[in-house]
Parts: sequence; structure tokens; C-alpha cells
Amino acid sequence: MANDTDLTIRPSVAVHAAGITTSGVDTATASVMQLRDVSVYYGSYEAVRGTTMPIQQNQVTAMIGPSGCGKSTVLRALNRMNDPIPGARVSGEVSFHGQDLYARDVDPIQVRRRIGMVFQKPNPFPKSIYDNVAYGLRINGIKGRLDDHVEEALTQAALWDEVKDKLRKSALALSGGQQQRLCIARTIAVKPEVILMDEPCSALDPIATAKIEDLMFELTNDYTIVIVTHNMQQAARVSHYTAFFTAEVDEKQVRHGRLVEYSQTGKLFTNPADKRTEDYITGRFG
Amino acid sequence: MTVTAPPATRSAAGGPDLTRASLAGRRRFTNHLATAAIWGALLLAVIPLALVAYTVLSKGAGVMSLSFLTEDIPNSYRREGGGMAPAIVGTLVITGAAALMAIPLGVFGAVYLNEYGKQKPLARLIRLMADVMTGVPSIVMGLFVYISWVLLVGEQTGFAGALALACLMLPVVIRSSEEMLRLVPDELRQASMALGARKWKTTLTVVLPAAISGITSGSLLAVARAAGETAPIIIVTGIVFSPNWNLFEGSNTALPAQIFRNASTSFPAAQDRAWGAALTLIVIVLGFTVIARFISSRFAIKER
Repeated sequence: MANDTDLTIRPSVAVHAAGITTSGVDTATASVMQLRDVSVYYGSYEAVRGTTMPIQQNQVTAMIGPSGCGKSTVLRALNRMNDPIPGARVSGEVSFHGQDLYARDVDPIQVRRRIGMVFQKPNPFPKSIYDNVAYGLRINGIKGRLDDHVEEALTQAALWDEVKDKLRKSALALSGGQQQRLCIARTIAVKPEVILMDEPCSALDPIATAKIEDLMFELTNDYTIVIVTHNMQQAARVSHYTAFFTAEVDEKQVRHGRLVEYSQTGKLFTNPADKRTEDYITGRFG
Repeated sequence: MTVTAPPATRSAAGGPDLTRASLAGRRRFTNHLATAAIWGALLLAVIPLALVAYTVLSKGAGVMSLSFLTEDIPNSYRREGGGMAPAIVGTLVITGAAALMAIPLGVFGAVYLNEYGKQKPLARLIRLMADVMTGVPSIVMGLFVYISWVLLVGEQTGFAGALALACLMLPVVIRSSEEMLRLVPDELRQASMALGARKWKTTLTVVLPAAISGITSGSLLAVARAAGETAPIIIVTGIVFSPNWNLFEGSNTALPAQIFRNASTSFPAAQDRAWGAALTLIVIVLGFTVIARFISSRFAIKER
């Protein structure tokens, strides 16, 4: 599969990704987040074991791996979205600008205002397009001209031209791809630093997917993006760094998600350090 | 066991035979039977409904007039004429007060159960008690309010009736609202949470608006049911013959109680008044429904 990984489909992104590979130099070394030995538990079940990796600022980091390898679980641990799940617990350290997100005095609301999330299924609120984008602004008490903020967010999400004449119409009338871009607009309207995306294109057709991928590339000017994807070509196209997870059975026959390899995307796909990564990306497994 | 289907037949033209006649006789027969059963069931359900509407309308229309709606109830059942104004006033204020008490409380209760309590022991207990309360006969609820409120204040009042009706409505509102809140997709709560909304904010601005039309329907059903309750009204509100707008002082009456009292006499004039009261009650409940539908449609989710 690695050789089939098509980097030429969409040149703008491909060239960018290739640039990372050839340069081999970390251009943006600042890491905005850092995971140290992070394990996530659901009750007594350890879903993901011992993950250590950085999240580089203004870069796209992709998490790939087979189903059930814990990549979504790790992603949700980054902005404490697992909190409401009964029995969910995180050990190790998830730090954001050096602050432990799971420290006792950290308010998860403050965390989520800075680390936003886009979900697998487009989930606009059953409100108007305008109200969807304005929602986050209103709850976060952002004053000033709401209209300008809404236009800015929709423009950044490459949706403004398509919806500017029907801002008061229901968001549910939009197509799936438009809904997902609306969800991205809604997220960036509150100006988070990091945007987490949980398989944001899995419910979309290839054209809508291409639009979202272009958008991700644009967004790295202002934001740091972490994306979970099932689609290896997508990871190769859009990301600068890739983390490969897999599920392994331990001595007690219990399955755990493990981070196998983390490196620059070009390197991971062309010259993986780990045999398991190579098996996965060449399609021998998963 | 293997099921062998007959080989698909071919039409004369050589293509596959797509006509209905090509289906096996048994399948066609089953299809007709099911269609007939469904239509039959529909008719069976509609006939009593239509008969009730027709009877009430034809018998009640005779006495219906402006004076029927505005005049006092005659002190003697025997006397002709008179109206139902006291019962209309009573129904409106008693049911209205009951709705004001039961609906907010019930919706808050449902929010607790579905958004906060979930499967906690307290929530399960409340759910169980609500289910038990749904099954309590209205006359028992009337007696309960009689000993716990009427005997306490020493007077039969409209408010006592409202209390009894509120107790009857509460479990219905709680359970139907909880079902509606459960239908709100979790993705919406997650989306709101990921934007940094606190739970109460999410509940107030996302979850409740998404469920509002269902909650309205459920609450309305409870109001309609309460408006038709007879037994608790007779026990705890007493009777009056001229309108009493004061909930907290003096006896009151309501349409169902008047229907019961007038219909159980042998005087034609009273029986006519009972039919008129029945028609009035149906129209009032219909009015509630229309108003509530209008209000909820203004909040409701616009699909387009």
C-alpha cells in the first residue's frame, strides 16, 4: 500500500507533505501539547497503554491504525471529552503549554475552549446556520460584532460563499460536506489553539473530503490540528506527523491500544522504523 | 431446512416478468389480507371517535348559545335554561393552575432524570415512583388532597382541585418529557461540550429546544387528561352556581363535574346542559391543543 499511497492526487498538499520528507528537518519544533505515558481506562479496562508523543504547533498530526486501537480514545483525552463517560480515567500526563490538563484545579470547560473538536458525523445544532456559528461565541461571552465573527469563521471554513444568502436557514438543510464545514466554522469561531478532528471525512464523499482536506491545510496557518483517520492516503496527504497505533493482546489476553510509531509523515510512510507499521501501511495487516 | 422458491417466470417478450400476476398466489393473498386488516383496524379506531364527536356535537349544539356560556348554573336541576359559566371559569382556572404547577416541575424533573440522574439510585427511584403515580386512580388522588389539604385549610377550594390535577399530571409530564429528552442525539450535547459550554447551558440552549415540540405534546396530553377529571374535582372543590375566579377562597366547580351531576338526573333540561358542557369541554381542550401547537412550532426545529 505504501507505494500506492498517492501523493499526486492533490498537488498543493502533496508537495507540502513531500517537502517535509525531503527536508527532513523539523521546521516547527515548538510542541503545543505533550503526552507522557498516557493510559486511558474505562473502569478497570485499560483501553490505551503508555502513549508518549508531542503535538507540534501549526502542524497536522494524524493518528492512524486499525479499528479498536484506541486512537479516538487518545484524541478525546486531549480535551477531556472522555470525562462524562462513567469510569473513564486518564493516567500519565497530557500537557498543554506545559500545564497538566488533568491537574486537580483545571476546569475542563477552559480546556475545551482552547482545544476544540470536530466529530465523525456532522452534528450541527438544529438551529440556523448563523446561530450554529454564533453559539460558541455567545456561550463564551465574546462581545463585539457577532456578525463579523460569524462571517470570518465561515470564510475561514470555506463555506461563506455557499451560505451567505441563507444564514437564517436551518443548518440541517445543508449537505453533509457543508454541514461538516459548518461544524469546523463553529469550532474555529471560538478561536481555539488546537482543533481535534475525529475521522471528519468518513461520512463524506470524495469531493467534500477534498474540500475539508484543503481546508485543514489552510487552517494550519492559525491552528494546530490533530486528526484521527482510517484512511492512510488521507493521513499521507494532509499530515506533517503521523502516529501509528495498533491493538495488542497482553499476557492476560486483554486487548490494549498501543502507540507503535510516531514520526514525520513522509518517513513513516516510506521508511517505517517498526515492522508492525510497515505491515499495516503495506496492507499486510488491518 | 431449505426453502425453494419457484423459478422466476419469463414473459413472452423474453425479459423478466415484472407483473404482479407473476408473484406466487400465496404472497399476493397475504398482501391483500394485510392491506385489508390495516384498513379494517383504521376504520375500527375511527368509528367510535366519529360517533363520539357526532353525538356530542348534535346533542350539545342544541343548547349552545352565548347565554349558555355566560349565565350561572340554575340552583335547581329541574329548571330550564341557565348556563355553564361557573364550570367554564372553574375548568380554566383549576386546569390552568394545575398546568402551571405540574409542567415546569415535571420538565425540570425530566431534565434531572435524563441529563443528571441517569442510572443513579435516586433517579431510578424517582422513575419508579413516577410510574407508580401514573397508575394511581384519580379518585384516590382526590382523597389524598382532601385529607392533606382540604382538611388542613378547612375549606373546599379551586386550588385543592388544582393540586389534585397537578398530582395526576406530574408523572405523565415527567415520563413523556424524559422520553423526548432521550431522543435528542448525544452528538449535539458533545458538540456543545466541545465548544466549552457548561452542562446547564447545553441543556438550556441545545437539548431543551431540540425536544420542545415533543415535550409540548406530552404536556398537552396531560392537560387534556386533567381537564376531563371528574372525581377529584367533586371531592375537593365542592360546587358553586355562580363563577368564582378566586382559586384560594370558596368552592368551585368544573365542566366534568357538572356533566356528571347534570347527566345523572332525570330532568331533560339538566341532561341538555350536560351535553352542552361536554361540547364546551371538548372545544376548550381542542383550543389548548391548537394554542400549544402554535407556541411549540415557533420554537421548533426548522428542517428547511
